[in-house]
Amino acid sequence: MAASRKLTRRQILKGTAAAGALGMLGRLDWIGQAWGAQDKIKMGFVFVGPRDDYGYNQAHFEGKSAVAKLDWVKAFDEEKVPETIEVQKTMESMVKLDGAQVLFPTSFGYFDPHILKVAPQFPNILFLHCGGLYQEGKHPQNVGSYFGYIDESQYVAGIVAGGMTKSGKLGFVAAKPIPQVLRNINSYTLGARSVRPNCTTNVIFTGDWSLPVREAEATNSLVDQGIDVVTCHVDSPKVVMTTCEKRGIYCTGYHCNQVKLAPRGYLTGAEWNWAKVYMDYADMIRKGQKVPGLVRGGLKEGLVRVSDYNQIVTEAVRKQADEAKAKFMSGTMIVYKGPIKDNTGRVVIAAGKEHLQTDIWLESMDWLAEGVIGSTKS
Amino acid sequence: MEVGGWGVLIAVLGGAIRIGTPFLFVSLGECLTEKSGRINLGLEGTLVMGAMTGYAIALHSGSPWLGVLCAGLAGAALGALHSWLCSYQRVNDIAVGIAMMLFGTGLAFFLGKPYIQPSAPRLPSIDLGGWSDVPQLRAALQINALFLIGIVVAIALGWMLKNTAWGLKVRVAGESADAARALGLPVDRIRILSTAQGGFLAGIGGSYLSLYYPFNWSEGLSSGQGLMAVALVIFARWHPMGCLWVSLLWGGAAALGPSLQSVGITYGYYIFNAIPYIMTLAVMIITCSPRRNLAGVPHELTVTR
Amino acid sequence: MSMDVPKNLRRALEPFLIIFGSLSVSMVLFGGFVAMAGANPIEVYQTMYRAAFGTSFSWQNTLIRAAPLMLTALCTALPGYLGLIIIGGEGAVVMGGLFAAITALTMPTAPPMVVLSTMALTGMVAGGIWLSIAGALRYYRAVNETISSLLLNYIAIAVLNHLVTSTFRDPESLNHPSTYHIGEANMIGLIPGTDLHWGLAFGVVACILTWFLMHHTVFGFASQIAGGNVRAAQIAGLPVGRLILIVCLVAGAAGGLAGMVEVAAIHGRANDTLNANYGYAGILVAFVARNNPLAILPVAVLLGGIRASSGLLQRAHELPDATVLVMQGIIFLVILFSETLYGRFSRLQNQGVS
Repeated sequence: MAASRKLTRRQILKGTAAAGALGMLGRLDWIGQAWGAQDKIKMGFVFVGPRDDYGYNQAHFEGKSAVAKLDWVKAFDEEKVPETIEVQKTMESMVKLDGAQVLFPTSFGYFDPHILKVAPQFPNILFLHCGGLYQEGKHPQNVGSYFGYIDESQYVAGIVAGGMTKSGKLGFVAAKPIPQVLRNINSYTLGARSVRPNCTTNVIFTGDWSLPVREAEATNSLVDQGIDVVTCHVDSPKVVMTTCEKRGIYCTGYHCNQVKLAPRGYLTGAEWNWAKVYMDYADMIRKGQKVPGLVRGGLKEGLVRVSDYNQIVTEAVRKQADEAKAKFMSGTMIVYKGPIKDNTGRVVIAAGKEHLQTDIWLESMDWLAEGVIGSTKS
Repeated sequence: MEVGGWGVLIAVLGGAIRIGTPFLFVSLGECLTEKSGRINLGLEGTLVMGAMTGYAIALHSGSPWLGVLCAGLAGAALGALHSWLCSYQRVNDIAVGIAMMLFGTGLAFFLGKPYIQPSAPRLPSIDLGGWSDVPQLRAALQINALFLIGIVVAIALGWMLKNTAWGLKVRVAGESADAARALGLPVDRIRILSTAQGGFLAGIGGSYLSLYYPFNWSEGLSSGQGLMAVALVIFARWHPMGCLWVSLLWGGAAALGPSLQSVGITYGYYIFNAIPYIMTLAVMIITCSPRRNLAGVPHELTVTR
Repeated sequence: MSMDVPKNLRRALEPFLIIFGSLSVSMVLFGGFVAMAGANPIEVYQTMYRAAFGTSFSWQNTLIRAAPLMLTALCTALPGYLGLIIIGGEGAVVMGGLFAAITALTMPTAPPMVVLSTMALTGMVAGGIWLSIAGALRYYRAVNETISSLLLNYIAIAVLNHLVTSTFRDPESLNHPSTYHIGEANMIGLIPGTDLHWGLAFGVVACILTWFLMHHTVFGFASQIAGGNVRAAQIAGLPVGRLILIVCLVAGAAGGLAGMVEVAAIHGRANDTLNANYGYAGILVAFVARNNPLAILPVAVLLGGIRASSGLLQRAHELPDATVLVMQGIIFLVILFSETLYGRFSRLQNQGVS
């Protein structure tokens, strides 16, 4: 079937009505024509939790706010959409009732089965998922993924933590032992041990992404064990940060900048920079460029960043952290370079072997590095 | 200082107080309500509303204690609404409780949106552990005045229910509405007042969560604590002092899971985290019996008929 | 004789009038609420209507949300006939979904209809047993069933999380621990011509069947008698304990079926999203429907519609997600309060007549 690869503006704006006939055009390079000045691109964002949680969802919301300022973008969002059939309905509703042309479902669990079920029904609509799960050839053409290697920021934060800790014991309050979380724990520990070889990281898994009381308890237990720097990977780090501040220890943040919550103890933090991702996407779409299936990057590409250092961070530690940052920027830093053992003594990365950040092998991480006290089994 | 395994014990002790305090207030409130013959399952909504109100008022006024007071008042209002609705014939108080839970929670989330970001002033701590030079023990014994207030309320409530005319009226309304009416007591008014007072206490319990521990207002703050309070009251056999011990027990059990992980016992943490619920169920199974009525149950409670 | 017709008519009209009146009052109250929040109530209602019932898409959105509620409401409604107040629907859903998923994994080569039937059966048995624990504890140990079913909810969720992340975990489900996929071929399909899966049909059929069970069989009558007065029932020789257990089994089976549908129609796996609060929403549906399974159907649709409108309210009016919670609270408080109005009108009328 000889289908036209050029879409008129009217067809794009009509969206789903002609979805069937335009099926062949469900490719990421369908946007052939330039956008007129009066046409706004409609972008819909879906958050799994409240948009001001000082954490994961807020980071995305801040990105959305940044892109909404562009005068050729109309952005809207919906928060607290659970990972059930509700998100499918939300996405369909955004397309059908609001005319969304690009959707950003931001929670990891939205991809399978939800996006995979809805995307084929709307081949003209772009579904850009935060999570890095897109596989060329396996998934529909109008789906794409983006993710940031925030574990690079955690590595730098780990250096600061390792440099500033007096007891040599670090703590990590984590939600679940899934690869993304384990990667953060490991990067943090590897960073810390690069400046203080014998320090340890105690991990406590709370079991779910948002459990304020348990996160507070976990932080308290860690401090009771003599730990003096704590970080976390939960949806909203607010509780962990304020509890650390109350107990008078240091902390490093995650997702967003939480220095306001812990002005004395917040050393630095690992932050997302979604604004850059969203603005880049908006730009690509406006120029009619092909949107890549997979957008990934770390510190170098600007998808993630490191919070400013607290003034109490010593010069020596700053220097070490800045050196690491510079190496990331120049592309010469490899975090997962052998030999690396896990915390049971088994060699997981042999000497001489290196895994670049883009290496798929890292996506199925199921081990904890040497120096981490904890277990991936539940 | 290395404490190793003792850390678990210290955490349990600290947790008993830290986590138990809101439960103490909510269960005392529910205890009073149930003594008068009304069951209020809407305390979950009251708790959340109290947390939000306390946080908001503390933020605006700069005084966390004012926040606590207003939280109590908000709780009292919700409690009064609940009991007023239930005072009409044939209105199902358990159903109303669940609807109030939805309403209170929804209202709190709705009004609380602007307060998730800013940081309110925190309630101060009292250092009970100053004598120790084990920092962990000191931290565990760093309590808030609300805990001490809660103990006082528990003692006072127990004494007043037993020894004052007011307490007698409440108990009669709870044991037999007919007898109360025969005595000329305004049963509905007694119940509305008791539920309002119960709501006041529950609201204070909520403000503890947002203004002290975990010191955060957000939409995930409560996870069924208000509902559990109803279980705890039964557990405590409707004795205010019993509510104290049961709340402490619960708090300690809830602290067990995370603290075991911190010393390296990591298997089965989901199950460990469910210990408080398993424990409550086990105790109820062991101590209840069809042959004798639950000792201390107010007979007007629809739950037990 | 000429007075019978108006009185019967009145009695039949009464529930409709009262419900209609309640809904109107709640709409006024909620309208006042959103007005205070700065939105235009008329527009808000228009949006809600559009999102819930305005287009074919909206209807399907509403119905798909109502489907699980029809089943989970039975978890509370059926034991209600016996005078039991059970709020353990969440636990039944979770256990049903978990065991249904596990069963599917034990029969990798069986044809889809067999797999689905077995899954449904295991899901129902698992949910039924879970809920009947609360019933049994009430009858044999006088443990309050509201509290025990609540505690069992939390325990069920803990068991689900534990098993899904350890024993039954699919190593491929890295970032979202789940059981193995049951296989695309085994998924429940859509009702032809619509976007709705067959789970909706299960809900409707279950409500109709249980209504028949409770209102037109000896078993149902016996249950209602036992619910009215346990002592009288025992004196009359009714096996109260057995009635309680069976009713709880049936009620829990409905919840378990809802869990199985979640797995087989939507996710294909069991994981923590089974804990989606369908159980708790079902409680409200049951109470508003006054435990009548037929009434559960429209109430579930109403609640589904309210929830379906949440998204558009957020986007069109900048109203937070909590708005819908407040609306649910208001509607149900008013409807529950209106219980007291039943019988008042006819009483007034009767006094006037005599």
